[in-house]
Amino acid sequence: MKSSETKIVVQGLKKSFGKLEVLKGINAEISKGEVICVIGPSGSGKSTFLRCINRLEEPTDGAIIIDGQKINDPKADIDKIRRHISMVFQQFNLFPHMSVLENITMAPVTLKLKTKAEAVQKAMELLERVGLSDKADYRPADLSGGQQQRVAIARSLAMEPDIMLFDEPTSALDPEMVGEVLTVMKELAAEGMTMMIVTHEMGFAREVADRVFFIDEGIIMEQGTPDQVFGNPQNQRTKEFLNKVL
Amino acid sequence: MDLIRVLGDAYPTLVKGLVMTVEITVLSLLLALVLGIITCLFGMSKIKPLKWISSVYIWLIRGTPMLVQAVYIYFAMPQLVQLITGSNFKIEVFTASLLTLTLNAGAYISEIFRGAIEAVNKGQMEAARSLGLSYGKSMIKIILPQAVQICLPSLVNQCIITLKDSTILYAIGLPEIMYYGKVYVGRTFETLATYTIIAIFFLAIITILSFVSKRIERRFKG
Repeated sequence: MKSSETKIVVQGLKKSFGKLEVLKGINAEISKGEVICVIGPSGSGKSTFLRCINRLEEPTDGAIIIDGQKINDPKADIDKIRRHISMVFQQFNLFPHMSVLENITMAPVTLKLKTKAEAVQKAMELLERVGLSDKADYRPADLSGGQQQRVAIARSLAMEPDIMLFDEPTSALDPEMVGEVLTVMKELAAEGMTMMIVTHEMGFAREVADRVFFIDEGIIMEQGTPDQVFGNPQNQRTKEFLNKVL
Repeated sequence: MDLIRVLGDAYPTLVKGLVMTVEITVLSLLLALVLGIITCLFGMSKIKPLKWISSVYIWLIRGTPMLVQAVYIYFAMPQLVQLITGSNFKIEVFTASLLTLTLNAGAYISEIFRGAIEAVNKGQMEAARSLGLSYGKSMIKIILPQAVQICLPSLVNQCIITLKDSTILYAIGLPEIMYYGKVYVGRTFETLATYTIIAIFFLAIITILSFVSKRIERRFKG
């Protein structure tokens, strides 16, 4: 599904927390419709990298350019930019005081992108799509982890994003619920969504990714197609990491 | 014990006092709610001087007993104002009492609000922001509704404390229930019966308040 149109450019991205430099200069170019899986040991900076893309973390240095616009610029309207970059979190972060339906319609209605009726209609379509149309009136707390994460994906999709960021979307799930979330993500990938996924699901990465980034010590140590990275890793660190997890 | 007889005799004055007690408590709590919100916003503000105002205010209130605050506002402050401005300044006992109770409750309510906002999971703000909501809209739509639920029990607790603390204002002469009780005792020496009645009045009101707060909590949880 990948096209030649460049969607995201990351140049010399650095991020420090106090004295700790987590990202030490990341460069990447991602095309429209491309699915990138970001793998690496914990503490390597892969989540931080992802969170810089929608500026949940403020980059210390470097540039993030989306559709030709530098987004880590004081003049950039980050609220507006975030409308088309959705994020799905490890801990789902559904709004517990709202029903499933309200979770999905809240942002489009609050931001006046849709009328209430339009938003509800869209939300019902999305719930149908993630297989939860019977749960619209439930509270998030009454759903299983896998169901909550599918609602979170529907909530993201309600903004009609063209980029979706997934921060370890299955890491907080019981093993039997991982599949249902990955299935939804696979469908999204097949439909041409530009996706960046931080994941520990190597099987999923191998199957779905167009490219895999192996991040360690704050830089992209190795990148390539899944076949290259998993089948024939060149970097010593990549080999060691894959030996541990595969 | 002559509870019934004393109750019949002292009833009119004690009720007068009780009305004042409830009146000053309700009024000061309403004002303290506003003051608490403002102080909390100041405290969370990125503007340093506002932060300082909020911390100094909370520090002063928490660091001094309410009795000291009451006599300070009623007796010492007029002198201070006179020293500074040179003109005569007098504060009504009701105003001084209202000010004392409001300042006191306001500081604690602000801390209750801050605690509740901080208790809302960090991921909630991130989720709201990542959907494109501004900081303000995220606060109003996502954080505050959850914070209100969290702080309700502490807020009711603060109402109970303020109600009880209002008796301290008897020391500066506010005609509330303790004041009238004392006057009645002075005339009749019915110490046991009078103070028992006053204690029962408080017990009754606070029992009702606790019951209501439990009901509210349960409704929010359900």
